[in-house]
Amino acid sequence: MQNLFIFTLMFAALGSAWNIIGGYSGYISLGHAAFFGVGAYAIGITFTHVSIGSGYRPFYVLPLVGIGVALVAVPIGWVAFRTRAATFAIVTITLLFVVQQLAYNLRSITGGSQGISLPPPSFPVATFEEPFFYAMLGVLALSMLASWWIRGSKLGLALLSIRDDEDRARGLGVQTGFAKMVAFALSSGLVAMAGGVWGYYIGFIYPQFAVDPLVTIGMVLMVYLGGKGTLWGPVLGAFILVPAQQYLAYRLGASNLYLVGYAAVFLVVMLLLPRGILPSIAERARRLRTRRLPPDPGRGPQAKEVVAS
Amino acid sequence: MNALLEVQGLVKRFGGVTAVDDCSFAVEAGSITGLIGPNGSGKTTVFNLVTGYLPADRGQILFDGRPVRRPDPTRLARRGLIRTFQQARVFAQLTVLENLVLASPQTWWQAGKPRVGAAERTRGEELLAEFNLAGHANIVAAELSFGQRKLLEFAATLMSRPSLVLLDEPTAGVNPVLIETIESHIRRLHDEGLTFLVVEHDMPLVMRLCDPVIVLDRGCKIAEGPAAQVQRDPLVLDAYLGS
Repeated sequence: MQNLFIFTLMFAALGSAWNIIGGYSGYISLGHAAFFGVGAYAIGITFTHVSIGSGYRPFYVLPLVGIGVALVAVPIGWVAFRTRAATFAIVTITLLFVVQQLAYNLRSITGGSQGISLPPPSFPVATFEEPFFYAMLGVLALSMLASWWIRGSKLGLALLSIRDDEDRARGLGVQTGFAKMVAFALSSGLVAMAGGVWGYYIGFIYPQFAVDPLVTIGMVLMVYLGGKGTLWGPVLGAFILVPAQQYLAYRLGASNLYLVGYAAVFLVVMLLLPRGILPSIAERARRLRTRRLPPDPGRGPQAKEVVAS
Repeated sequence: MNALLEVQGLVKRFGGVTAVDDCSFAVEAGSITGLIGPNGSGKTTVFNLVTGYLPADRGQILFDGRPVRRPDPTRLARRGLIRTFQQARVFAQLTVLENLVLASPQTWWQAGKPRVGAAERTRGEELLAEFNLAGHANIVAAELSFGQRKLLEFAATLMSRPSLVLLDEPTAGVNPVLIETIESHIRRLHDEGLTFLVVEHDMPLVMRLCDPVIVLDRGCKIAEGPAAQVQRDPLVLDAYLGS
């Protein structure tokens, strides 16, 4: 149960972090699992040689991992941002497979397909999962704080203008390159921190699980489900989708049928609430409210206040 | 008179088609220069080259007396050259006021400040009042009518107090009353010292508003001068009507 909760928090954090670039600026990065994996490996490689467990130390190193990966993301973004839309998605997914291949082949560093095993920390058995829970909660809080701050700032305004019409934003003097880069680096660093906690929690880091396309797809789906570009959407998406996925995996057993059920959930949402849950609810609430109001000749039927979602 | 914008020997080819062919012209400071020509004569391509949306194959652009080495829309906007688009492009998901605030010049260290600063709000509301959009400041731009979007796009270009505004068909698809409104805005801003380069298909408007008028045909300048003179030019008549 606690295990499920930690994973839910993890995907909420991943979704919130991904939302900073994917939701606000509309650049669909499918390579974020690469940063997740790099975060996991960074913690794994650093603490693998500690013989009796590392206690809380990996958590203290986590911010450094985040900053490091954010810096690494800058040159990657510099290349990837030469493309847009679908091409950007493809370029970033290539990054994912490049990093996975590196994890397989740099055996002296990553252990290749043998993976890395971290000695479990000597936390008390009864509350063993608690530190991981709080660490994941911390990463989620940090992601949401960043997301909230960006939403209300000029950086967020620039990112939203990029999503609407990047060419016109450039023509108005908006520093689109800078805005995209900051969002991408921040988003990558946060994802790496979540990856670091995950790696320490799981204890075994293998290329196919640390750099997993399903992790990328998971965070993207959750953002789309909850509502991209909103503060709480990714969190809501994770709290629906992760338990649903676990439940389906449990009910449908070892077969991969649960993936079909997972996809079905998503299809239903896309059909009924194509913009995601939160924006659709906000839209419906707004329509109800304007219907109840008497017509206002001064402002006309179009004059509706924006719903902050 | 001094040229605010000078274009020398501009060439742009798309595959085998030469869209702009050795085009040279100048926009004098304080003028409303018209850029006209038949469909496909390269007007919008010239706009895209001058504003850095397309790289030129050859030629030089001077803005404010200094050559523009690698034209880039963001940098040019910051130097005071701003354009509009044919289709009234506004940021549909931002509010009307945010559409304006976005266009005010920012430095990177301001990125973390609140979306709408006090000074920007004042300036934005001033502009909205000028353009008769004051009541719409807090609705999303998606809910504006087409004409209102045209006005908003125009207002946004003024936010950063540019020195040269390139208008790409400012009256395309708007009703006659609004054409007059837009015309009066251009005149008023011109009186305040702003320079315009206007691409326009509404000939009566061009004849009333622009001086000088530059005529393009097949990517070349074929005539330049006061509206009345250009109108009688045999080359121009030939280009429009065919011989």
